[in-house]
Amino acid sequence: MLNTVPIVIPDLSVPAGWLPLVFALVMALAMLAYVILDGYDLGVGVLLRRADDEAQKDTMIASIGPFWDANETWLVLGVGVLLVAFPMAHGLILGALYLPVALMLLALTLRGVAFDFRVKARAEHKPLWDRAFYLGSLLAGWSQGYMLGGLITGFKDDWATHLFSALIGLCLVSAYCLLGAGWLIMKTEGALQLKAVAWARGSWMFTAAGVAAISLATPLVSSRIFDKWFSFPNLVMLLPIPAMTVALFFVIARSLKRLPTRLAQGNQYGAAVPFACTVGVFLLAFYGLAYSLFPWLVVDTLTLWQAASSPEALMVIFYGVVVVLPVIIGYTVFAYRVFWGKSTALKY
Amino acid sequence: MDTVDPVVLARIQFAANMTFHILFPTISISMGWVLLFFKKRFTATGQQHWMEAYQFWVKIFALTFALGVVSGITMSFQFGTNWPGFMNTVGNVAGPLLAYEVLTAFFLEATMLGIMLFGRGRVSERVHTWATFLVAAGTTMSAFWILALNSWMHTPAGFEMVNGQAHVTSWMQVIFNPSFPYRLTHMLIASGLTVAFLLAGISAYRWLKGDHGLEVKAGLRTGIYLAAALIPVQIVVGDMHGVNTLHHQPAKIAAMEGIWQTQKGAPAVLFALPDASTQSNRFEVAIPKLASLYLTHDWEGEVKGIDAFGTQHPPVAPVFFAFRIMVGVGMLMLAVSWLSAWRMRRGRDLATWQARVLVAMTFAGWVALLAGWYVTEIGRQPWLVQGVLTTAQAASQVPASNIALTLTMYLSLYAVLLTAYVSVVFHLAKKTSTANTLPGAQHA
Repeated sequence: MLNTVPIVIPDLSVPAGWLPLVFALVMALAMLAYVILDGYDLGVGVLLRRADDEAQKDTMIASIGPFWDANETWLVLGVGVLLVAFPMAHGLILGALYLPVALMLLALTLRGVAFDFRVKARAEHKPLWDRAFYLGSLLAGWSQGYMLGGLITGFKDDWATHLFSALIGLCLVSAYCLLGAGWLIMKTEGALQLKAVAWARGSWMFTAAGVAAISLATPLVSSRIFDKWFSFPNLVMLLPIPAMTVALFFVIARSLKRLPTRLAQGNQYGAAVPFACTVGVFLLAFYGLAYSLFPWLVVDTLTLWQAASSPEALMVIFYGVVVVLPVIIGYTVFAYRVFWGKSTALKY
Repeated sequence: MDTVDPVVLARIQFAANMTFHILFPTISISMGWVLLFFKKRFTATGQQHWMEAYQFWVKIFALTFALGVVSGITMSFQFGTNWPGFMNTVGNVAGPLLAYEVLTAFFLEATMLGIMLFGRGRVSERVHTWATFLVAAGTTMSAFWILALNSWMHTPAGFEMVNGQAHVTSWMQVIFNPSFPYRLTHMLIASGLTVAFLLAGISAYRWLKGDHGLEVKAGLRTGIYLAAALIPVQIVVGDMHGVNTLHHQPAKIAAMEGIWQTQKGAPAVLFALPDASTQSNRFEVAIPKLASLYLTHDWEGEVKGIDAFGTQHPPVAPVFFAFRIMVGVGMLMLAVSWLSAWRMRRGRDLATWQARVLVAMTFAGWVALLAGWYVTEIGRQPWLVQGVLTTAQAASQVPASNIALTLTMYLSLYAVLLTAYVSVVFHLAKKTSTANTLPGAQHA
């Protein structure tokens, strides 16, 4: 029934038309930045359990130490934009996802503090905080995937949907692991770096399977998304997205195969390839998802224009975004340049 | 679970999260400036102990900041999950204020923190000092925006209601609403006092553990003098804030004072057990006419009682007691900080008993702060936005069982984390002190 309702896109030359679109873009970019940036440090957190010894754990944590605070801030911006620019969608989405959101918040809380506590608490408590860090990272990643599943299916409340969401949760954790392993290959050396290559190989398969499963399942759960992808000429025009994704997965696999020999010879050439290509996969998946969902904030229920705040309130924030966002990107780049290269022990 | 009111549960949950969250920004706001002070003293004098003080306190800062960030993320989600009616009604006001907080403050603090904590050696001392400054400025800016929104909820201004939604007519009036200057100043000084007693308490603890290094003394003196200087200012500001509240939220004042009936020559109630069922105080100890004097500057001035507000008044007992706890802790702070400052003048050491009192008061700032926060927030009930939106109207339709489940989870986690935080802070102090007092250890 709902699928017969035509989508009305308002006049984009007036503020009420283009402002919601701009904020949808800002929100999408913030979420994308979050998924990639916090993605690699969540991945490192999940992989922490597989480290050989304390020294490796410390190095892994050191590689994300200067960044994780700022990485998480992108989530606050993303949810913040949802809250302030699309208040109706915020209530609807977070209301429907009440429990997974709560789980994610608990997990992020546990993980964020475990990170700091582990080096400051009594030595005998360190393994406990390490486990909390691992568990927090795992649950945060999984609940985010679960929420994504809910978003794609329009929050249907049946067992198939919940199963689908739970599956996506696992895929996202695996993708975060691939990203985190790629990060470690870039930022570390020696035995840990070689281990990271092995971790990346392990998560590659699950990530590839996950991306394939979601790509197939998404159009099946929503006929509107199905029509968007599998109608002519969309199908031909969109073909580059899955094609490029497959190509990137291929490049990652090849790189992971060659890296051990090369690294053993002390050659760091190509150590950034798995991470860069995984980021590429995330970008393409995100683009595909955005295309599927647009212009809905809640599939088949609420478009971004229906959910938007008043144009005058959006305009006030718009000025701020235009001035401040470039500054934020500027000092984020500066921070990454300061800590460029192989990570060193954290000491302060 | 149908018998439990979801609104009550949502309020308890939000209050629990807010209570937990507010503890940490309160410390980081002022601690950032104290760190900048330490760093500046180091660069100005070249004395190593200032840098040691920086390096010790920056650890506590990092821990505090992490707890503030993660609990703050929880808050940002709960606006939507617990109070959808809030954004639907006043989103045009609250949205931009929250957005500016994230854009101008949150990113700045979080990004510069990385450089401040781990960047020494990778960037120049100058850039590192700048990073410290930007973190401090960011936390303060954060407080500015959040307090602007919070004050607006108490004394809304600069808007008009159209079709049940607030639309801004003047941003200057929204931000600089009538209670904002008092509330912001009161909060910033409260943050300063919390940090001052934390500094003094932990330093006194290290001193008692046998670490008499220059670094410990620097922390102790900074804390004590800061507290001694700030507390009288806080008393004056608090009083001005009270007068402002009397003007805009008289029901809150009636609850704070425990005055049930409107009367001329109202007494100042020192102690009582307010009883809502009889609309009166039991076991009241009061000084006749004093409340009229300090509220209206007239012995016979009329003070509105709870009865003047029909059903639109806050619960009396929690506000009444919280106010007395806040004032009581404030008086204790005044006495302890002045006595300690008097003792420490001309470089003398504290008496052991004084050091112990300071250790006991390490987290006194938190007690006063939370008590004050409850006075102001419970005192606003039943309104969420005074005169515009009630708390019940803003609540969500989330089933009570879900709220109860997550509330239990939050409370358990918070109990663990709070215990861990306090014990780790003392553990760090002990660890450093043991290292400094080992035989043969070098003293600066």
